[in-house]
Amino acid sequence: MRKLFLFLLLICSSSLFAQDFINSAQINGSFQVDGQFYRPDDALGITDSLIAGRKIGLNGYGNITYTLGKFSAGMRYEAFLTPIAGFDPQQEGNGFPYLWAAYNTEKIGVTVGNFYEQFGNGLLLRTYEEWTLGYDNSLNGMRVVLRPTKGVTIKGVYGSQRYYWQKFERNSRGIVRGVDAEFDLNETVKGWESSRVRLILGASGVSKYQRDADPIYNLPENVSGFAGRANLMAGKFNFMTEYAYKINDPSAANNFIYKEGQSLLTSLSYSQKGFGAVLQLKRVDNMSFKSDRGISGNALDINFIPPINRTHSYSLTARYPYASQPNGEMGLQFQLNYKIPKGTALGGKYGTGIALNFSQVNDIVRKAVNDTTAIGQEGTLGYTSDFFAASDHVFFRDFNVQIDKKINSKWKAVVQYMNLYYDIATLEGHPGEEAVKAHIALTDITWKITSLKSLRMELQGLWTEQDEGNWAAVMAEYTIAPKWFFALADQYNYGHPDKDMQNHYYTFSTGYIHDATRIALTYGRQSEGVVCVGGVCRQVPASSGLTVTITTSF
Amino acid sequence: MKQLFFVLLLFVMATTLHAQENTSIPNVTIKTLEGQSFNTSEITNDGKPVILSFWALWCKPCQKELDAFNEHYEEWQEETGVKIYAVSIDDSRSTARVMPLVNGKGWEFDVLLDPNSDLKRAMNVNMIPHTFLLDGNGKIVAQHTSYFEGAEFELYKEVKKLVGVN
Repeated sequence: MRKLFLFLLLICSSSLFAQDFINSAQINGSFQVDGQFYRPDDALGITDSLIAGRKIGLNGYGNITYTLGKFSAGMRYEAFLTPIAGFDPQQEGNGFPYLWAAYNTEKIGVTVGNFYEQFGNGLLLRTYEEWTLGYDNSLNGMRVVLRPTKGVTIKGVYGSQRYYWQKFERNSRGIVRGVDAEFDLNETVKGWESSRVRLILGASGVSKYQRDADPIYNLPENVSGFAGRANLMAGKFNFMTEYAYKINDPSAANNFIYKEGQSLLTSLSYSQKGFGAVLQLKRVDNMSFKSDRGISGNALDINFIPPINRTHSYSLTARYPYASQPNGEMGLQFQLNYKIPKGTALGGKYGTGIALNFSQVNDIVRKAVNDTTAIGQEGTLGYTSDFFAASDHVFFRDFNVQIDKKINSKWKAVVQYMNLYYDIATLEGHPGEEAVKAHIALTDITWKITSLKSLRMELQGLWTEQDEGNWAAVMAEYTIAPKWFFALADQYNYGHPDKDMQNHYYTFSTGYIHDATRIALTYGRQSEGVVCVGGVCRQVPASSGLTVTITTSF
Repeated sequence: MKQLFFVLLLFVMATTLHAQENTSIPNVTIKTLEGQSFNTSEITNDGKPVILSFWALWCKPCQKELDAFNEHYEEWQEETGVKIYAVSIDDSRSTARVMPLVNGKGWEFDVLLDPNSDLKRAMNVNMIPHTFLLDGNGKIVAQHTSYFEGAEFELYKEVKKLVGVN
């Protein structure tokens, strides 16, 4: 409330006393509302009592940004009344979770209020917002960014993090403080400006404070972490690495063990026109870092552990997505992109695109600290782990190949094959369930009827003996560029072990787009699954009914 | 009470504005494909139009749009001098894969990285693909969300209108 008032004053004063700048005043913003209207559906087991009166879910927001020269300010209003199915019930509420004002010049930038920040790859600190997941861990505090000379950036932040609609109170959740420095050596070191080798170095330190009110354990009230990173470019090679370390941080997420945490992320890539390859390695050990040690869900994360497998875009390839395991994982990924040139036998008239991708993530090896302590036992040092060893326990494996081909001016096709191993017991928390081994194949064909009208068809199959068995999916989408689309789709779970659950999940969708406004309607069934964006995932329950999305930017 | 302030605030803002439709790109520091700092004030094209398009590795229609741009880029540049910037909003899970994909696909235009969505937020982009068209003075004259086959021709019509080519 007080914040709003201050904000208003700022705007008023700037508009009264800075008449000269008024012509440069800018406003932009965006709105979105996602609505779902549910209906009972016996086949999916959705009854009136399950809906329990919550027939309508509405998630909406409005964002306004005001800029006047070096000054800018913004706000976001949100209303989850009631949240749509699959969102955390704590999301229910309305208000202004995002209010900020900033002053930025070439040398200094100051932000007060809520902000999003990332140090390096985020292994120690990343605050961000992901609307489709209802995830927001913004910091509410202050940020100062200094750029004393070209190529040097120093950042300092402090604040408390957003936790749904709960206000920050003394001695409740923690306070986060951090500094980060980045040096672009080619910009700062004399004589390196035109070097073909480019080097960027960075370092950060983050600390959280949370009072220890635990009746049994003596817990660290200040937990600090440090990270260093480097990015080296030499001709067509690019090498990036970041290592992060955190002191012991007993928490609900790691079963209150007094073990330090560490993570390493490294990638090496080579690319030239028509060809690109990248190898990524990752190790994570006890690296959950939250500003409240008492919670274990998807909230109040200070850092971000990126999953490094490919994020799939087709419905059946995205059915079993990987989510990072902050308590321990070791993985690698390899990707190759190649364009067979035009005019060759395989390239044809337009060239052919090939993408090959492999990723695997295993658990780390844990050894007992002594003979009398179980691995991971609460209140102990937990375990020891060899940095270079991976366990035999595979969490996830994905091998996929994709070919993109433009056949002629009318026809285009994509074919993809994916081989998947998915430890559903660990990744979805279903203990005892057998890991899913699946083959997935698909084709996506576009027929350009006229220059603006086209028809796109998808045909997908997923074959597995585990979980819900085989799936087939078909989709037809007719588009009239740049304004209209109509789509019919069906996902059929024909291999479900329970005959009564061999359902069709059909949908009909249509949408209209005008400039930056999009209105879309979907009627039908949504199968149960996991939606992941940028590394965080949300379980979506099966639902049936009408979905409306209206979005606009201005 | 809060709602009242909100309305009041909107009113105050609205009265201080003259030309809402002609806003320019906000000043935000993002990264080049090589990982160096890049201020968005450097997005210029000597008085000629600029196309700025937001995309990500996980966004299929985005890549279709950029493939379509790439197919015509040479011809478009000759005719109108238009310059394309593609801003990837991939975060640290996939930034390392952006450059190999861009080169693997043989895209000719400039690609920038916005790993924590700072520019996306500053430009109020809700969904991708989201494409902006800037005139020779760097003012936003058009924007569009979504991509359907053939939409590139509609966009290019606007570009031609800006430079007065038929």
